[in-house]
Amino acid sequence: MNLFNIIEEIENVDPEVYGRISERRDVIKNITSFGSKVALAAMPFAVGAIFKKAYAQSSSTPSVVAILNYALTLEYLESTFYNAGAAKGTALIPGAAATNYFNQVTRDENNHVTFLKAVITSLGATPVSAPQFDLTAGNGSGAGPFADVLTNYSTFLAVAQVFEDTGVRAYKGQAENILANKAAAEGVKAGLYQTVLTAALSIHAVEARHASAIRSIRGLTPWITSTSTLGNDTGIALVNANFDGEQNVTQGGVDVTTLKSVAGSTTSVSIATAAFDEPLSMTQVLAILVGSFIVNK
Amino acid sequence: MKTDSQESMLNANMARRSFLRYAGVGVASVGLLATAASCHKDHKITPTPPAGTIDLGASGDLAILNYAYALEQLEAAFYLQVTATPYSGITSSETTLLTDIRDHEVLHREFFKAALGAGAISSLTPDFSSINFSSRASVLAAAAAFEDTGVTAYDGAGYLITTPAYLTIAGKIVSVEARHAALIRDLITPGSFAGPDVVDTTNSLNASATIASVLKIANTYLKTKVTAVNYGYASV
Repeated sequence: MNLFNIIEEIENVDPEVYGRISERRDVIKNITSFGSKVALAAMPFAVGAIFKKAYAQSSSTPSVVAILNYALTLEYLESTFYNAGAAKGTALIPGAAATNYFNQVTRDENNHVTFLKAVITSLGATPVSAPQFDLTAGNGSGAGPFADVLTNYSTFLAVAQVFEDTGVRAYKGQAENILANKAAAEGVKAGLYQTVLTAALSIHAVEARHASAIRSIRGLTPWITSTSTLGNDTGIALVNANFDGEQNVTQGGVDVTTLKSVAGSTTSVSIATAAFDEPLSMTQVLAILVGSFIVNK
Repeated sequence: MKTDSQESMLNANMARRSFLRYAGVGVASVGLLATAASCHKDHKITPTPPAGTIDLGASGDLAILNYAYALEQLEAAFYLQVTATPYSGITSSETTLLTDIRDHEVLHREFFKAALGAGAISSLTPDFSSINFSSRASVLAAAAAFEDTGVTAYDGAGYLITTPAYLTIAGKIVSVEARHAALIRDLITPGSFAGPDVVDTTNSLNASATIASVLKIANTYLKTKVTAVNYGYASV
């Protein structure tokens, strides 16, 4: 990867890129105005920690285009993963039932990529291109902790499940950011806010359907059942960060374990955590993916 | 009926206290909901909802949260019946899953009741006469309908929510409903978790639905009819 070329590319769409990198606190003053910056449209996920810090650690609200490009990057990861799995055929995914499941999931993720690219383009912005992925989570080594992801069905299932559950959390984490862009979006075109938010929620629901189905195949509950101290119920300690926060039981200021249930005057932590999925911020998701599944060299 | 309303008032009062006790979102919520609730009570809303029905009231977050509360009441009542009178041939695995779902829906119901406090609509009386609770096919078909409708309802009403924290809470619930929906669908037909009747095969977006179309379906399972005069659904 040629870092110079990448910086040059970004400079074309974002003349202030050098300023961004050196003056993190002052960056992105204008991006809340919808469509005003193609800068984040070209957000370079693959180019490393310096950009990750420059863009993702800003406390500013990302623009709708930035959010859509973020979603597109996650969909690229999922579609790359499932397409690679599908290419292995029955050598990886055994039997007609499993093939039927994954054919549908693969189709959905590919459709999400196509859909998001079309939406971004329709807004007059440029969809990001796919960064370099390492499906073993090895940051480009191809020998990460999930080294047998494309040869061992149980590893493939585990990674699929983690991607889906993380995807659900990532979309959920952007709902408020899309709302924060409401006025700007409506300024571009009446009804645009409704279109974008509803589309995001609709993809979010499809990811949750996938997560449910894959969790069932893995013998887990279709919903994330946490303990009071551990959000992660997958049995894979390596992905604790993907599930961190799922143990939350406080909703809208109410500790929902204090609410009555069929069993009695309170509700168990397992029910309280499973009944509400929790969001992940863009910063959290990037911290999880960049340097493992998204190559950062 | 008296017992119901007394209990719901008690819970409403407790809920308001617990809301006030917490900082942050909770306090802001009380302010907003209290304002919306008093608007609902003090000002005449036009058009007037039909007699004998419950209306979601003035448009705004309170109405949307009550909309969610109505749907969660319906789902909770359904699964309470399912687990009280299991269908013939139910497996232990199905019992576990349906009991979990029941508990999630009961908690969603209780959460909205607590969050809405005095602004909550009253308890709804279901009408499940069209469902044969002894039949697996009938119960699971109804369950899938409730879950899929719930997902389309939350997805379709999300844009109407103005308070960021409420939007996120709706998001926290809708994905759990989608997990339920996928599971129930797979119990009916393995591999139908994202079937073409709920997920568009061209762009792979889940369907979404208007308040009017969702309440029209919900009312077929309710003795207490729910309307939304300010969201284009004035009569059942």
